[in-house]
Amino acid sequence: MSDLIVTVNKQLNNQYFLLKLTSKETLPEMLPGQFVEVLVDNSSTTFLRRPISIHFVDVTTNELWLLIQITGDGTRKMGEFEIGHSVNLLYPLGNSFTYPNPAQQRVLLVGGGVGVAPLLMLGAELQKKSIQPIFLLGARSEKDLLELDEFARFGIVHTTTEDGSHGEKGFVTQHSILSNEKFDKIYTCGPTPMMKAVASFAMKNDIDCEVSLENNMACGIGVCLCCVEDTKDGHKCVCTEGSVFNIKDLKWQI
Amino acid sequence: MANLTTNIGNLHLKNPVMTASGTFGYGDEFADFIDISRIGGIIVKGTTLRHREGNPYPRMAETPAGMLNAVGLQNKGVDYFVEKIYPQTSKIDTSVIVNVSGSTIEDYVETAEKLADLEYIPAIELNISCPNVKQGGMAFGTCAASAEEVITAVRKVYHKHMMVKLSPNVTDISEIARAAEAAGADSVSLINTLLGMAIDAKTRKPKLSTVTGGLSGPCVKPIALRMVWQVSQAVEIPVVGLGGIMNATDAIEFFLAGATAIQIGTANFLDPTISVKVLEGINEYLDSNGYKSIRDIIGALEV
Repeated sequence: MSDLIVTVNKQLNNQYFLLKLTSKETLPEMLPGQFVEVLVDNSSTTFLRRPISIHFVDVTTNELWLLIQITGDGTRKMGEFEIGHSVNLLYPLGNSFTYPNPAQQRVLLVGGGVGVAPLLMLGAELQKKSIQPIFLLGARSEKDLLELDEFARFGIVHTTTEDGSHGEKGFVTQHSILSNEKFDKIYTCGPTPMMKAVASFAMKNDIDCEVSLENNMACGIGVCLCCVEDTKDGHKCVCTEGSVFNIKDLKWQI
Repeated sequence: MANLTTNIGNLHLKNPVMTASGTFGYGDEFADFIDISRIGGIIVKGTTLRHREGNPYPRMAETPAGMLNAVGLQNKGVDYFVEKIYPQTSKIDTSVIVNVSGSTIEDYVETAEKLADLEYIPAIELNISCPNVKQGGMAFGTCAASAEEVITAVRKVYHKHMMVKLSPNVTDISEIARAAEAAGADSVSLINTLLGMAIDAKTRKPKLSTVTGGLSGPCVKPIALRMVWQVSQAVEIPVVGLGGIMNATDAIEFFLAGATAIQIGTANFLDPTISVKVLEGINEYLDSNGYKSIRDIIGALEV
C-alpha cells in the first residue's frame, strides 16, 4: 500500500479518462493482468476501494497508467483528481496473464470497451518477448475505441464497432480475422457476454484462452471472499487466484 | 506508553485490538502489510464441521458508508483447519481465536471438540449470529431458548474461553446476552451484521444471490454502540465490541460504552494496516488524556 502522485489526468471523452501516477520510489514490478485498488476520498457513496486494471507501466518515466470508465460516483471522483493529487493504492494485486508457450506464436488479444486496458501492457510485454501480438478491439462506436495509437506501438490493430463507424461493423467475434487467420492463443478482457462469446469461439476451435474477470469485490487481498468465481475447483477469489483464468478451469456454459 | 493489556475474563490479551472473523483471513494474508503479532487477538474465519462452498456469486453490495455481504461461511471445514492452517497460525505470537459456526447443535459441539485440545487456540467465538446461512447460524442467536441450548451443549465439551457472538437482529439483545451468560458463556461479542438488502433498480433484481445479506461498516456503528452499552449494563461477563470501527476514536467510544476489547472488521478491507493504526491511536489517546491503562476507560461513559 502506498501513496502515488497524479502526473496526468487526460479526459479521453465524456466516459473515459487516462490517469498516470508516479512515485518518488521506483514503482514495484507489475505484471500484465494485475490490478490496483484505489482509495477514493470525499465521496459520500463510495465506501470501498475501486479495483482498476493496470493499463501500462512506463519504466522510463516511472509512471503507472490507469484507463478508467466513469460508471459511478467513485470513478467520477477519480476523473476529478488534479495533477499533484496524492492517491492511496493497494497494489499490485492478483495473478497475471501467462505468456504463450514456444509453440504458441500466433497470439490474439481481444478487448471490449474499457476491458482493453490490461491488453496494452500485455501487448508490450509480448513484443519484448519477440511475439507480435494482434489486437482485436471492439466498442459501440468510434468514440469508444480507446488508445488506438498506443496499441499500434506494439502490434497490428483490428477494430469492430456496433454502428460501423470504425473498422468492421458488428461484434468482435464477427470480425473476419477470426475466420481468415489461425491463432494459437487468445487473451480477452471486456464485458462478460463478449468474453463468453470469445471463450466459446476459442473452445470450438481448440484455442488456448485466458480471460480477465472483474467480479464485484471488496478487499482485493483474498480475505472477504466476496468476489468468488465458481470454477471446476470450487469457489476461487478473483482478486488473488485471478483475475486471469484459463477458460478450461471455469464453469461457463458456453 | 499506557498499559494496554486487558483480560476478557480468563482470556489475557496483550492489547484490546482484535480483528473480526471473516475480515482477516487466517492472519498471514496481512503479514505483507503489518507485523501481525502486534494485534491483540485474531479471530479467524468462520469454521464449520464440514467444508462449505458458501453462497453463489454475487455476494457483496456496496452501500453508502458500508457494505452488505452474503458469503455464507465459505471454509474448508474444521479438520482442514486443524491439519493445514493451525500449524501456521500457531506460530503467530498473539491470541488466535476460532469462530465456530454450524447448522445443528451437534455440528457446533463436534467442531468445538476438535478445537479444544489445540494448545495455541486459547478461545473460540461461538457464532450464533450469521445471517447468511439457511439453517442454523442466526436462528440460534435470535431466540433466548435456542441460544441457551447450543451454548450449554458446547460448554460441556469446551473448557477454555468461550466467547459468544450475538446477533443485532433481535428485539432485545440484552435478553439473549443474559441467556448466553446463564448458559456458561465467558464473554459476548457484538454485533454481527445487520440483516439488509440491496436492489438493482435497472435490472429489477436483488444485488445479492441470497436476496438478503449482512450489513457492516461505519453505517452500523451507532447501533453497535447502543447495543454494547445495553448489554454491558445487563450482564456481568465481559463484552467485546465491534461494528463499524474505522479508527481509534471509534474504538474508544466502544470502550467507554463498556467494551473490554474491540474487534475491527470491515475496515480491514479498506486499509490492511488499520488494526495497528487503531492500536497506536488508542495509546495516544490514553497518554494524552493522562490514563495509565486501557482499563481506566472501560465503561467510563458519563451519562
